[in-house]
Amino acid sequence: MDVNKNSYTFLFATAMVVVVAASLSFAATNLKPFQDTNVEQEKMQSILSSIQIQVERSQAPEAYGTYITEAIVLQKGEAIDGQDAFAIDLAKEIRKSDEERVSPLYIADKEGKTYYIIPLQGNGLWGPIWGYVSLKQDINTVYGATFDHKAETPGLGAEINTPVFEEQFKGKRMLDSNLTFVGIDVRKGDASTEYEVDGISGGTITSDGVEAMILDCLKEYVPFLKVHSGKTAKATLISE
Amino acid sequence: MADVLEKKEEAKDLLVDKQPKEPLFSKKNRKLLNDPLNDNNPITVQVLGICSALAITVKLYPALVMSISVLFVMAAGNVIVSLMRNFIPNRIRIIVQLVVVASLVALVDQVLKAFVYDVSKELSVFVGLIITNCIIMGRLEAFALGNTVWKSFLDGIGNAFGYAWILLAVAFFRELLGSGTLFGFQIIPDAWYLANGGFYSNNGFMLLPPMALITVGIIIWVQRARNTKLIEE
Repeated sequence: MDVNKNSYTFLFATAMVVVVAASLSFAATNLKPFQDTNVEQEKMQSILSSIQIQVERSQAPEAYGTYITEAIVLQKGEAIDGQDAFAIDLAKEIRKSDEERVSPLYIADKEGKTYYIIPLQGNGLWGPIWGYVSLKQDINTVYGATFDHKAETPGLGAEINTPVFEEQFKGKRMLDSNLTFVGIDVRKGDASTEYEVDGISGGTITSDGVEAMILDCLKEYVPFLKVHSGKTAKATLISE
Repeated sequence: MADVLEKKEEAKDLLVDKQPKEPLFSKKNRKLLNDPLNDNNPITVQVLGICSALAITVKLYPALVMSISVLFVMAAGNVIVSLMRNFIPNRIRIIVQLVVVASLVALVDQVLKAFVYDVSKELSVFVGLIITNCIIMGRLEAFALGNTVWKSFLDGIGNAFGYAWILLAVAFFRELLGSGTLFGFQIIPDAWYLANGGFYSNNGFMLLPPMALITVGIIIWVQRARNTKLIEE
């Protein structure tokens, strides 16, 4: 057999591609359930981490059940039924118009206090960035925040998932003195007020992405939260 | 299956050369295993695969997972290419090798994501980059294309171990001196640390890639000092 004939070369290449494609898709299909479980557990872990509860990934589902009391889906600022908040793919939702967009909201109960956990999704320099931010019952003060990214530059933009960056958000505020939503400014240097945090040197575009993501994702929730947190919250807001 | 094909292969050799059957671990075959560990180490002597050696040796565990992945890809890749060596059209042989390596790596990536998710996140892009690890392509092209399955298998294992031991040695020093731990377990006593009134502090520099390069350099130095065969005129 002449292995250098053109027809043989084509035949070989075709057969090779078919065999490789078949075996890889077989493996991918069979491993998918395991991978999905991991991703789900990691999501629960991140949600919990935003209310300052650190658990091992394998323990996340149990802790999630303990702390997260409610998961609701919002559309146009109102709760709607018939959708699983946990299963919503935020990356798809942020591309939709405000009318169609649905937003998941998790309500947690930790040591008798209520926290609102809001998932975030946006764009960094190289790819998607996402995270969770939890608000105290006054729906104004940040209780905790956690971020992650797909492909930001290691040492620069990728630093958004480090505690040093995340810790800054604790105690920052979302609403100004007139109770209008202003978001948090991720600044280049000298962050001093309670509406500002320091960005990452050399990671300006990622830092801006975090700022835009907070603005874009949180605005969906503000009207709903104002109603939901009710009079107690209003009282706190005024007193603070 | 590999065994059967192997025997056929050897039977063919016998017919052609009329030579007695070579034992599985003959001196020549043992050399295939031992050589890459020292005299012909892929990292310290051939200086291949340096990129991943710098990137994922901050901690021992990821280095171990990486080593096992490379071991699998290298052994399986060598065996598959060696099995097909008489059927691969010469003009597309590099493409064929690349496809073999790439599909094995894709498979490893999927398995890691399913069973050691956290490590797979830590290794991130470097699992995919096994495809471009020069050691693997080098062995396929230089060895597996022209040798029997068993020999190629030994060669793959040998080179993978040669890569692995350097990786683990570098990771050992970097994790011990940089984080004070080994496989995540605290080794340096807590009381030694400055924070607890001691005299010791972890060397943060060990966590950065340049220290991996320096550690590899020191290993090369020690190796050459002990192994005079490697010293150039």
